[in-house]
Amino acid sequence: MMFLRHSGGWVILLSFVIALLLDSIALPVWADRFRPNWPALALIYWSMALPHRVGIGSGWVLGLLVDAAKGSLIGQNALGFALIAYLTIRTHRRIRVFPLWQQALSVMLFLLCNQLLIFWINGMIGYPPRDWWFLTPVVGSMLFWPWVFIVLRDLRRHFLVS
Amino acid sequence: MAQIKSNENKPLFTFAVSANIRILVFALSSIALMTLDHRYHHLEALRNALSTLIYPLQYTVQIPFDISRRLYENLASHQEILAENKRLQQQQLFINAQLQKLTSLEAENRRLRALLDSSTALRERVLIAELITVDFDPYRHRIMINKGTYHGVNIGQPIIDQHGIVGQIIHANIFTSSAILITDPNHALPVQVNRNGLRTLAFGTGKFAELELPHVPNNEDIREGDILITSGLGGRFPRGYPVAQITRVKFDPGHPFARISARPTTQLDRIREVLLVVSEPLPEADSLAIGPYKQP
Repeated sequence: MMFLRHSGGWVILLSFVIALLLDSIALPVWADRFRPNWPALALIYWSMALPHRVGIGSGWVLGLLVDAAKGSLIGQNALGFALIAYLTIRTHRRIRVFPLWQQALSVMLFLLCNQLLIFWINGMIGYPPRDWWFLTPVVGSMLFWPWVFIVLRDLRRHFLVS
Repeated sequence: MAQIKSNENKPLFTFAVSANIRILVFALSSIALMTLDHRYHHLEALRNALSTLIYPLQYTVQIPFDISRRLYENLASHQEILAENKRLQQQQLFINAQLQKLTSLEAENRRLRALLDSSTALRERVLIAELITVDFDPYRHRIMINKGTYHGVNIGQPIIDQHGIVGQIIHANIFTSSAILITDPNHALPVQVNRNGLRTLAFGTGKFAELELPHVPNNEDIREGDILITSGLGGRFPRGYPVAQITRVKFDPGHPFARISARPTTQLDRIREVLLVVSEPLPEADSLAIGPYKQP
């Protein structure tokens, strides 16, 4: 078994659970519009740091859970999250060595792809976007990326997740 | 990491190739799932399973809010509680007085309907539910509530709150269910003008404070300030609940239909607790008391 050689899987799992918790806390409307996409941020971190452990498959499953939590079309966020994981894995060697602000910009790009994909699907099933508010979560995620990165990196080093 | 680097020497098993194949497989399966879910509604079982898996999380999220509310209740001053108690007592007195009249009217109504041999006599019971999440997409007006099939919720059940109609259930999971609000752009609701009984449909617009009535001809009698109630046609919503108030009527001679908007009587972006209406056939000889819904 490949899993036996890895360690600290519970840290990864716990970070996803916390991300899902943060994603479903009720917020007032103005804050909700800027709510970072926490599960996507956690997914980007882990598939960048440990691409051999967390990747497209894990992203897809996480997306299915988000779909169930939000009541959206089953497979919609799963597709978006698989895409995010794919983009991260294809570029993880470059992103790892970027300074934080440049990482945040890349994260914004990945999430923008995800958001455009999701709203494109919504448009197809009869919910075309009416204004530009659907882009604000991307900005929120970008602003929170450095903190997510630092916290998860320290956790990874402390618990020797590999 | 060493194992991955050694893999990179073989062209067939490089990271990039396997990532390309994987994204293709997962993208295709997502598309298949979405098609099944949207076109054929075959995935209720999968949705149920996933929702049950995620329910402990949603439950955990609620805990701090419950605690803070309980703390507030405990810490609120004696004076405040007394004042609130007094206010609620007065309110109850008032409502009871109205209810007396309603009870006799309802009895009379039932007698008349029995004379006419009509079968529309239904009794409505309610079940209180709390909001868990709202859809993060600002154009889809969907909410998730903390009651499911375990509590007797089923698909199509109407949802109200103290001010009027809120929406209806579209997915019923075991412990949670999701509902579509009347302002969702894909929702239409059969309504009636309370003043003269004019029947029409109220469509959602994607804005929480607006409904549209696109099918009212120019020569109809409808005015600003008219109250819309559910007409009970279509069989989903019980008859006679307030829905919205007309805010704007514009008769444009160039168009066959008037342009009418209405504001829902409920503030749909502020709701935290909702009531699920359970319609059940009236038993033969039973009191008319409207009590809380009891689980069968």
